[in-house]
Amino acid sequence: MRFMAAMLAATVVLPSAAAYATDLEVTHWWTSGGEAAAVAEFAKAFDATGNKWIDGAIAGAGSTARPIMVSRLTGGDPMGATQFNHGRQAEELVEAGLLRDLTDVATRENWKEIIKPASLLDSCTVDGKIYCAPVNIHSWQWLWLSNAAFETAGVPVPKNWDEFVAAAPALEKAGIVPLAVGGQAWQAAGAFDVLMVAIAGKDTFNKVFKDKDADVAAGPDMARVFKAAEDARRMSRGTNVQDWNQATNMVITGKAGGQIMGDWAQGEFALAGKVAGKDYTCLPGLGVNEVISTGGDAFYFPVLADEEKSKAQEVLASTLLAPATQVAFNLKKGSLPVRGDVDLAAANDCMKKGLDILAKGNVIEGTDQLLSADSQKQKEDLFSEFFANPSMTPEDAQKRFAAIIASAD
Amino acid sequence: MTGQAHTGRPRRLLRNLSSKIASIPMMLTAVVIFLGGTIWTVVYSFTNSKLLPRANFVGFDQYERLWDAPRWIVSIQNLAIYGALTLVFSLVVGFVLAALMDQKIRFENTFRTIFLYPFALSFIVTGLVWQWILNPEFGVQSVVRALGWTSFTFDPLYNADIVIYGVLIAGLWQGTGLVMCLLLAGLRGIDEDIWKAARVDGIPMWKTYLFIVIPMMRPVFITTLVIIASGIVKVYDLVVAQTSGGPGIASEVPAKYVYDYMFQAQNLGQGFAASTMMLVTVAIIIIPWAYLEFGGRKRV
Repeated sequence: MRFMAAMLAATVVLPSAAAYATDLEVTHWWTSGGEAAAVAEFAKAFDATGNKWIDGAIAGAGSTARPIMVSRLTGGDPMGATQFNHGRQAEELVEAGLLRDLTDVATRENWKEIIKPASLLDSCTVDGKIYCAPVNIHSWQWLWLSNAAFETAGVPVPKNWDEFVAAAPALEKAGIVPLAVGGQAWQAAGAFDVLMVAIAGKDTFNKVFKDKDADVAAGPDMARVFKAAEDARRMSRGTNVQDWNQATNMVITGKAGGQIMGDWAQGEFALAGKVAGKDYTCLPGLGVNEVISTGGDAFYFPVLADEEKSKAQEVLASTLLAPATQVAFNLKKGSLPVRGDVDLAAANDCMKKGLDILAKGNVIEGTDQLLSADSQKQKEDLFSEFFANPSMTPEDAQKRFAAIIASAD
Repeated sequence: MTGQAHTGRPRRLLRNLSSKIASIPMMLTAVVIFLGGTIWTVVYSFTNSKLLPRANFVGFDQYERLWDAPRWIVSIQNLAIYGALTLVFSLVVGFVLAALMDQKIRFENTFRTIFLYPFALSFIVTGLVWQWILNPEFGVQSVVRALGWTSFTFDPLYNADIVIYGVLIAGLWQGTGLVMCLLLAGLRGIDEDIWKAARVDGIPMWKTYLFIVIPMMRPVFITTLVIIASGIVKVYDLVVAQTSGGPGIASEVPAKYVYDYMFQAQNLGQGFAASTMMLVTVAIIIIPWAYLEFGGRKRV
């Protein structure tokens, strides 16, 4: 029955879509190997509706791409659709009326029911209206370990952060960098957030980032996190690469023992033909505290004057969330689908661990959802300095961290 | 003179009328875009504008935060080091090269092309090239190590204490050729007879350069100085390409702070405050100098 209905729907949709074949430029910053493979799945699915996906990839991570996207929007040269990390990055663009209200599409397709966890759609909602289509769940809280590197060093693959710290000297002796941390500022800041959830726990994380409690940020729990960050800083010496995927590549090739990076790193492992559990090991929540954040990527649709393009935007929005697209995209990307009702039998060990934690509800909101871009940037400045400058003490860093939290909005 | 001044006023307004009309668009551009934009920026630096400009005034809050930010302090220090050394080295090296070129050497054209060539490259390309040259794994360090000195260490871009000098090397390599060319043109403008007179008086060549030729080249030096100085204040792309401000925040510069806070942090107010500070710094240097230079001359 369902199949028949789908067929009928397809016959109805296809001719009309073909009649309105429209080019839609989509901007995003998915340019590493694994990411490009994933975004090609979106393009394929959208082209199949009779429209045309014009790829507007902007290289150099979100920090480079977002300013370009924002200036195109505020400068009156909107694209057909654009990626952002959902959360507060597009907040003001919505308030300024530059982005389109998708509530119609969302009600028609019943997004409220199918999107899990609900916080994803909440982050898209401003004043009860839905402004974005979430496409995946990305969690930061992963430690990726190279099994080959530990074999070379002659120590067993660690099962948690403490064992990893203990194994670091052996790795160093074998000429391996224990922890790869790329030079871009967001990587240091992200790694710190992960240490924070793993070591101080979910409550402290929420108190600091959600309630902006500066006393907790200056307190003893956070002091332990800063001590751990000092360990991480010592272990990351000698990384000497900039991009996250170059750092991941050090883990893939066994030049580094491990990397704290979001699950998007998995796409790189998959592309290199590595098998989870055999070639590499993943530890969600650093093996200490199995919690994952449910930030991710979402597509926003600028307000366009062209009616046909606006129609194509609606088609794109529903294509992005279609079950088949969700599975194909997320398998390549290494992220988790936003709908709970799709079959991910093809998922590997690491993704299954992630799905498991998600099902248990051990989730936190991502820092992009909790903090404004301004506070995030100040945090990035602090941690990129901390990780690069061994003479900066954890106590000083904590003081500055507490000041950032106190002034955060 | 006096006769002209008597009836001068209406005539002076009408003199060269067509060229005055022709320059109206440029004057409007200067006033509306440069002056207007500058005033707008200064005014909005006193607001708490985030992603979009909003006229919600908060006094000096943005400036207080700016001068509390360690990254801004580091940026200012870096600009001071980079600026002072660029000014000194590019003028000294540029002048020495120009003086050597001026000795009627063979293949002067070839040398001139070689020295000027780096200037044809953008700062982005320069930055990337020097990033590779200074990279310990494939650059100078690995070459020297391959020759046998295995303990040789030269990795300025990965050492927070000296990274700004790594940027300086690239900046000098790119800009010195232009300084050389400008000064060479200045040297060529010196009358041959002055050299002959100096030789007749038995003045040694270095003294002739130092006490006669250089003072005569004052206008060329001022032009060169302005070109170098404006390049220093706006240095941005070189740092982005070479180190992206790293390691950590060790090679940040003010222009990069402005960009990052305006667009990445979506905090226009903070970015405007930083760019206003840059303007104030330039004004502090330029205004007394311009007063001495141009205000003084009228009285002479």
